[in-house]
Amino acid sequence: MNQATDAPRRPLSPHLQVYRWGITNSLSILHRATGLVLSLGLVVLAIWLLAAASGPGVFAALMTVYGSVWFKLPLAGIVFSFFYHLANGVRHLVWDAGRGFSHAAIRGGGIAVVAVALIATAAYVAVGMC
Amino acid sequence: MRKESDRGSANASVAHWWHQRLTAVALIPLGLWLAFALTGVDVASHAAFVAWISEPLTAILLGLLAVAGTYHSWLGVQVVLEDYVTHPRRLRVSLLLSLIAHLVVLAAGLFAILRVALGVA
Repeated sequence: MNQATDAPRRPLSPHLQVYRWGITNSLSILHRATGLVLSLGLVVLAIWLLAAASGPGVFAALMTVYGSVWFKLPLAGIVFSFFYHLANGVRHLVWDAGRGFSHAAIRGGGIAVVAVALIATAAYVAVGMC
Repeated sequence: MRKESDRGSANASVAHWWHQRLTAVALIPLGLWLAFALTGVDVASHAAFVAWISEPLTAILLGLLAVAGTYHSWLGVQVVLEDYVTHPRRLRVSLLLSLIAHLVVLAAGLFAILRVALGVA
């Protein structure tokens, strides 16, 4: 782009389509995607708390939506995003501490994080949402 | 020639990075607590849900979760917008809208927690 800029031009990440897809960059992008889902999860949580604060009538009305069948899939998506972002976030904190950069650690850690997220999600959905 | 200041303050970048990590560490126990606490509450019942929120520990932890969660989310969304919104004015508008949205969610969450915890609802 050749337009006049009035904002700082910081170095940016390239767009998604330039990458050769592999496990490492897929998981990295999944970290962002799940983070955005969790931002929406905060909205879901805030609306839930507001409904509780607005009395039994409003709460019951909201629960016809939150408790409905077609809300189970988005809810499961939020649960998966939570466990994935949590597990992969810990991996990021380990990297920030300067550890876990060997090829084996990065690959093994990535597989472990996905496994933990899937198992935790399945367990949580089985216990809490059925 | 471009001035060094055109890249923004280096201090601001370090603070952003550091605050993102601090809130991340805080959100590990807070998030796990919420996930496990919710399994023990009858969330379909208004009375049971309100009684749970009214417990001092629940209200305090929910408040901390609201602050750390919305702050962490705001920082994360900012990075995503900076990466993908290339037009400078659109970027500034998006960042402002994100700030407003996060403030609204935080204010609504804290208001709801306080109202329930103080027994108004």
